[in-house]
Amino acid sequence: MDSVVLLQRQLVDYTAQLFNEGFLDDQFNQLQQLQDESNPDFVVEVVTLFFEDSERLLNELAKALEQQSIDYRKIDAHVHQLKGSSSSIGAQRVQKVCIAFRNYCEERNIEGCQKCLQQVKNEYSLVKTKLETLFKLEQQVLAAGGSIPWPMQ
Amino acid sequence: MESCNCIEPQWPAEELLMKYQYISDFFIALAYFSIPLELIYFVKKSSVFPYRWVLVQFGAFIVLCGATHLINLWTFNMHSRTVAVVMTTSKVLTAVVSCATALMLVHIIPDLLSVKTRELFLKNKAAELDREMGLIRTQEETGRHVRMLTHEIRSTLDRHTILKTTLVELGRTLALEECALWMPTRTGLELQLSYTLRQQNPVEYTVPIQLPVINQVFSSNRAVKISPNSPVARIRPIAGKYMPGEVVAVRVPLLHLSNFQINDWPELSTRRYALMVLMLPSDSARQWHVHELELVEVVADQVAVALSHAAILEESMRARDLLMEQNVALDHARREAETAIRARNDFLAVMNHEMRTPMHAIIALSSLLQETELTPEQRLMVETILKSSNLLVTLINDVLDLSRLEDGSLQLELGTFNLHAVFWEVLNLIKPVASVKKLHITLDLAPDLPECAIGDEKRLMQTTLNVVGNAVKFSKEGSISITAFVAKSESLRDIRAPDFFPAPSDDHFYLRVQVKDSGQGINPQEIPKLFTKFAQTQTLANRNSNGSGLGLAISKRFVNLMEGHIWIESEGLGKGCTVIFIVKLCIPKRSNESKSPFLPNANHGQSSFPGLKVLVLDDNGVSRMVTRGLLVHLGCDVTAVSSSDECLHVVSQEHKVLFIDVCMPDGFEVAVRLHEKFTKRHERPLIVALAGNTDKVTKENCMRVGMDGVILKPVSVDKMRSVLSDLLEHWVLFDTM
Repeated sequence: MDSVVLLQRQLVDYTAQLFNEGFLDDQFNQLQQLQDESNPDFVVEVVTLFFEDSERLLNELAKALEQQSIDYRKIDAHVHQLKGSSSSIGAQRVQKVCIAFRNYCEERNIEGCQKCLQQVKNEYSLVKTKLETLFKLEQQVLAAGGSIPWPMQ
Repeated sequence: MESCNCIEPQWPAEELLMKYQYISDFFIALAYFSIPLELIYFVKKSSVFPYRWVLVQFGAFIVLCGATHLINLWTFNMHSRTVAVVMTTSKVLTAVVSCATALMLVHIIPDLLSVKTRELFLKNKAAELDREMGLIRTQEETGRHVRMLTHEIRSTLDRHTILKTTLVELGRTLALEECALWMPTRTGLELQLSYTLRQQNPVEYTVPIQLPVINQVFSSNRAVKISPNSPVARIRPIAGKYMPGEVVAVRVPLLHLSNFQINDWPELSTRRYALMVLMLPSDSARQWHVHELELVEVVADQVAVALSHAAILEESMRARDLLMEQNVALDHARREAETAIRARNDFLAVMNHEMRTPMHAIIALSSLLQETELTPEQRLMVETILKSSNLLVTLINDVLDLSRLEDGSLQLELGTFNLHAVFWEVLNLIKPVASVKKLHITLDLAPDLPECAIGDEKRLMQTTLNVVGNAVKFSKEGSISITAFVAKSESLRDIRAPDFFPAPSDDHFYLRVQVKDSGQGINPQEIPKLFTKFAQTQTLANRNSNGSGLGLAISKRFVNLMEGHIWIESEGLGKGCTVIFIVKLCIPKRSNESKSPFLPNANHGQSSFPGLKVLVLDDNGVSRMVTRGLLVHLGCDVTAVSSSDECLHVVSQEHKVLFIDVCMPDGFEVAVRLHEKFTKRHERPLIVALAGNTDKVTKENCMRVGMDGVILKPVSVDKMRSVLSDLLEHWVLFDTM
């Protein structure tokens, strides 16, 4: 029992930390609320879809920025998609960088765009690592026989 | 002259006498010959002489006389008969001419005399004309002086210069010995010597204003001669040995009007005048001429006008300076106010964030605690902790709200809720504290109080809790009673709420809540202060109570937002007090049988919507999946599509709600096409837009294409739940943010 409590506490602390550092916001909580018996892996599914989608978009962005004549509209469309996805799962920091990215796109500022692309990539890999760790912790708690304590405000 | 025919020797005894006669005759002849010559000469010179004929006659007469005398010369000695004949001829001629001349003269002399008279007359006339010319010239010069003076006076707008210039120019024009200006003092009872011409620094003489001489001058608008001995004229020691020069004084109106007719000054008794005194040089025997007096009067008028202009200018400059100062001060104050507001908002935002973080921890851990094994007592305690923490979070929100309340940007969150439950919750929350203080609390809900109502449940509970909490806080012993009932129209108009005009109707009612305590009471004079922020009554006894004093202020604002009124009645210190508030709540409509077969949940309306067919259109895979998951969680039967064509293909009458992400390029178009496809309202699904922001433009676009509502992404479960229940109940969505 102790280990479960310990693990649960670890999970809670880790989640709280993610919230504090701004990696996740309230939307993530909403996602967790949607998970129930009829939909036990909802969060994981959504997050996996997010990872696939984002990687595709980031590749497209990198390709577009390497072109001779840059099509800012296409870039803006991609970033818009990325922004939408990240806000849907609550990846707050990714979303913020996307907003800045869109501003640079409007200004047609190529250095700004490249800088933002780099930032987005960084944030994305950070949040991906964090979420993967989070899911691992959850697996450990479940394996130890405990239940995941949510909804967490 | 006797002529004898005897032969006499040359130069007889009477020779001497004869010689003399001879010489005289000669000279007479000479003279007689030269006079006409002179006459002719002068006549030639003066061409105007009218009596030439007379002169000719005179000339002839004289010539002949001369001839006669000349011929006489020959008769002294022996002379021949020719000489005698010539002599006789000349004598005869002379006689004729002289008689003629004598006759002529009689005729001419009156004429000559009248010429003289005419000459005198003309001379007089010439003298008169000269005089008049002199006069006109003087007047013209005066006029010129006046113009020049006026020009000098009016060329400056500085009061001091105007007056100085006036005196200088007047002194110069009229060659005055002294010229002085007496101005009325501030009190108006005296005249003070303000400006003089000759003395550079006049000693500050004053004379009382009620002197008869001054009254005399002030009562007429003409220049008045005054005695040199009057007090206003004795400005300097008498310099001359004899008579001091004549003195004239004239009034100068000090006007405060900007326009006036010179001939039309109203004779007000409050008019203020200055006195101008002008002195001719002493010992000069000069007198004041009429034209000089007129000059003085005209100048006085001009000075009055110039002074009034100068005064107006001064005032307008002063007003402008004042305005500029005020502007600067106002600007400064506005900037300070803005800074203060910004600082306050920043502070609130920061504090808000700082306060939320520990609250999250408390709530999370309490929830955790709830999940563990607890005894019933412990569970109760943990639940209370959770409820209190939630309330605290609400309060934190409301601290931020208060600033929004004051900006007027707060809006109530209306919803259907269980009214009775609100009061029971409040009671439960306050019971522990009350029992510690050994206070007895009773709750009395009227039988006709509706069970359900539409309003802002959270804020109603907060207000009630605040009021009841205050009652508990300020009572040391005794009991507290809470009553709630529906206010009837008579009781609605309370004398203490004179500007509160409630109008009950069918779909709403007024809830009246009275909280009576037996505590320390309040001094009736302090009551108005209680509702102001951060104010507390100064009773020293309850210094131990801590609270920021915001409670009543926030409660009052909520009550006002709910179109109600809150007030306190107390009979005085030690006599307890009663807090009463009335708020307006709506009566929930009967819900449609077909749409909601479930009993409305106390807090959330419908909690699930089994079988509700819903269509979701979103081109972003992740957010489509999230929305789908949300709706599935609520029990709906969800179809998710990613393109507008697919959407239009799939949509049918069975779908009740359609969610469209309006960030899609053709999101709005779908709504338009839907309207075209389903013309009747009950055939088509309700269209709700999922938008990333809810600014005016987006909302207007949604309205324009005929959408039934707008929701801000990201949507929480609760939000979606309430949206769906609102939609299905009302067919339209209230504004949700």
